[in-house]
Amino acid sequence: MYNASDLRKGLRIKIDNEPYVVVEFNFVKPGKGQALYRSKLKNMITGAQFERTFRVADTFEPADLREKKMQYLYKEEGKYCFMDSESYDQLFLTEGQVGEAKRYLIDNLDVEILFFEDKPLGINLPNFVDLIVVKAEPWARGDSVSGKTKPVTLQTGYQIQVPPFIEEGEKIRVDTRSGEYLTRVKE
Amino acid sequence: MSQRWNATLSGKRDILAVRARMVQSIRNYFISRDYLEVETPNRIPALIPEPYIDAVASGEWFLHTSPEVCMKRLVAAGYRRIFQICKCYREGERGSRHLAEFTLLEWYCEGVDYYSLMDQCEEMIIAVARDLGYGDVVHYHGNTISLSGAWGRISVADVLARYARMSIEEAIHGDCFDEVMVCSVEPHLGIDRPTFVYDYPLSSGVLAKEKDMDPLTAERFELYMGGMEIANGFSELVDLEEHHRRFREVREYRRSTGKKVFPEPAHFLSDLVTMPDSAGVALGVDRLAMIFTDSPVIDDVVAFTPEMV
Repeated sequence: MYNASDLRKGLRIKIDNEPYVVVEFNFVKPGKGQALYRSKLKNMITGAQFERTFRVADTFEPADLREKKMQYLYKEEGKYCFMDSESYDQLFLTEGQVGEAKRYLIDNLDVEILFFEDKPLGINLPNFVDLIVVKAEPWARGDSVSGKTKPVTLQTGYQIQVPPFIEEGEKIRVDTRSGEYLTRVKE
Repeated sequence: MSQRWNATLSGKRDILAVRARMVQSIRNYFISRDYLEVETPNRIPALIPEPYIDAVASGEWFLHTSPEVCMKRLVAAGYRRIFQICKCYREGERGSRHLAEFTLLEWYCEGVDYYSLMDQCEEMIIAVARDLGYGDVVHYHGNTISLSGAWGRISVADVLARYARMSIEEAIHGDCFDEVMVCSVEPHLGIDRPTFVYDYPLSSGVLAKEKDMDPLTAERFELYMGGMEIANGFSELVDLEEHHRRFREVREYRRSTGKKVFPEPAHFLSDLVTMPDSAGVALGVDRLAMIFTDSPVIDDVVAFTPEMV
């Protein structure tokens, strides 16, 4: 059990049976008044943020959150199959649960899946993933002006802007945090 | 690790220099107006009971949470004008505007009430600003606070009505007075000019005198600059019986809410018999330094925060 004075940025707590993470936190105290704990909380399921002010006497349960190392196996009938790297248990996530991570899910990719109690909440990807370009327009030499990019399609179906010299069949490194092209990968 | 703090410390030099000049200027202001600078013990055996302020223990005694106990005894002993700049300590207070060890300027003046201390507060801060070369405006958090025009003066009742559409009674009965003041009211105060908020409910001023004809209101004010409370002052309560009653009330409140009940100052109460009509102000030196140096957090205006020592 936490007290309001235990609140810290990044602390994960349970309110009304939902997990929240403390995004911002400040101790405030009016001149002769009582200590108040102003916080901005983010619902870890919906992503909704709101401000809430607590008093010393307010208590919270910690949110039971765990990260499991899992491996992406394959996609079947619109569902994404992952395998627990320790227990080999399999888990299916819907497209909605996978979200933007689907851009980077190549077979055997190691990821971390965050669970709240027993519900999967989200996927933590490696910061960098190497993906093959499956569709690209050929490089027109006149396009070498610096800063110019062209769209290509990657093996996962993700469309991304890359420098014009990238050709079909090449492998590129993508930063999963920004979703942007980083560099060409030479095998 | 040590390298990291070295850079933090050396980066604070300019701000600490302004702070040092500010403290010197405050001193000059009071000395030139015939105030005696005093020093009172930081370590004391008993405290004036406060519902929401906790002291840090020091052996069997306590570190003072403000110098008021001893300074009021000096006033009662005939010291007509005194001031002190000292460290104060409050258990568990740490935030972007709070340090558990902070610097307070406190001054007392005999024969005046809280209205004249508001005027004096204004005069002192203007004098210090000019001394520091700021002229008539200071910039804080993207706002320009004008010091030269009339400073704002607004009652608690009016400020609640204006910013929270609520009466004092509604806020107190709804048990949300502090929350409303902090979240809805304070951010608007002192943005383009310093603003005094005055006439607080009696429940928020243990040693403040009640207003004539209005026993539920205390003759107390707070000064705001840049949405931040800078000072708190009031006309001193001199009625001994009323002191006993309020001490008892706070003691019972603390006991009923499971808070530690601190020993109470017996000498203070016996000396109080000769307390003249007077008023006093406590001003947060760190926070005033934040305003003058446009610092968003209190950490910026002290060399060391508790995390660094």
